Amino acid sequence: MKGMTVIVKTIASWVKVLIFLFGIYIIVFGHLTPGGGFAGGVILASSYVLLMLAFGREFVEENLSRTAASRLDCLGAFLFILIAILGLVFGGSFFVNFLYQKYLPGEALNLISAGTIPLSNLAIGLKVAASLFLVIFALSTFRPGKSTDKEE
Amino acid sequence: MSIFFVLMLFIIIAAIIAVETRNLLSSVICIGAIGFGASLMFLFLCAPDIAITQIVVEVLGLILLIRATISRDLTFIAGDREFFGVVVSVVIVLVIALVGIEVFETLPDFGTPIFAQVPDAASQTYIREGLQKTGAANLVASVILDFRAYDTLGEATVLFTSIIGATVILRKRPKKLLGEVDE
Repeated sequence: MKGMTVIVKTIASWVKVLIFLFGIYIIVFGHLTPGGGFAGGVILASSYVLLMLAFGREFVEENLSRTAASRLDCLGAFLFILIAILGLVFGGSFFVNFLYQKYLPGEALNLISAGTIPLSNLAIGLKVAASLFLVIFALSTFRPGKSTDKEE
Repeated sequence: MSIFFVLMLFIIIAAIIAVETRNLLSSVICIGAIGFGASLMFLFLCAPDIAITQIVVEVLGLILLIRATISRDLTFIAGDREFFGVVVSVVIVLVIALVGIEVFETLPDFGTPIFAQVPDAASQTYIREGLQKTGAANLVASVILDFRAYDTLGEATVLFTSIIGATVILRKRPKKLLGEVDE
């Protein structure tokens, strides 16, 4: 039997959406309220960990495969570097907040404000979520002491 | 102020139990108690960002550690400690405590940071001009993603490298068998 009992599976299928939404909220409002990319990314990864504990590893692998997670990881890192290099191109120095200073000042305490900071939060959140998911996936696949040839 | 001493006592007792107990599962649970105590301390020190990060990482790490502990057959530790190791540890702890007491005497009081006495210090500038210069209401976000973005880049690089290492070492089947050689 894969995963845990029916009770755990039902509760997990209700709660997973709330955890995922909370992670997205923490990331998107990272420049206004406490939180940010790292904490939100960990919450996103923990919603997948809940699914993995309740339904088993194969269920999660169908939803978000290992290659897709690695691609998301690389995409997050690439976006963060891209924001930094765009600062070099448009603002004159690496990591300068060119959006806020030149193009989109915005009003403080609004959702669209602070230039590149929300974008950086998104990139970091994507990266952290995919990385922690990959680590937990690798740790759950790894079984010490067994022959690797016999599996599959 | 007394809440800090209560939490500190709680953390120290949990740490001692985590080291001394012979059951691996209760040791892991005590490590979780240390993390949650630290998170509460951050919260009472008005640092909600760090408190959120601490509690979230603690939950994830606790899940991993409990998973790793209950899947093992051997959850009890047998055997005694070596005498020489205990003596060396006690001597090192005593030396660090003596030096630490001397050092902590020179620190400023709790709640009166030393940079508050210097008006041109970098942290004072961040607090004063952070909102005008970056537009972010959360000053922590404006520091880690604008003023000190290089730091975040380094952190992301460390995370990326460790993920590469973990996925390479912990993969299910090797790409190359033991006898094979490079071509």
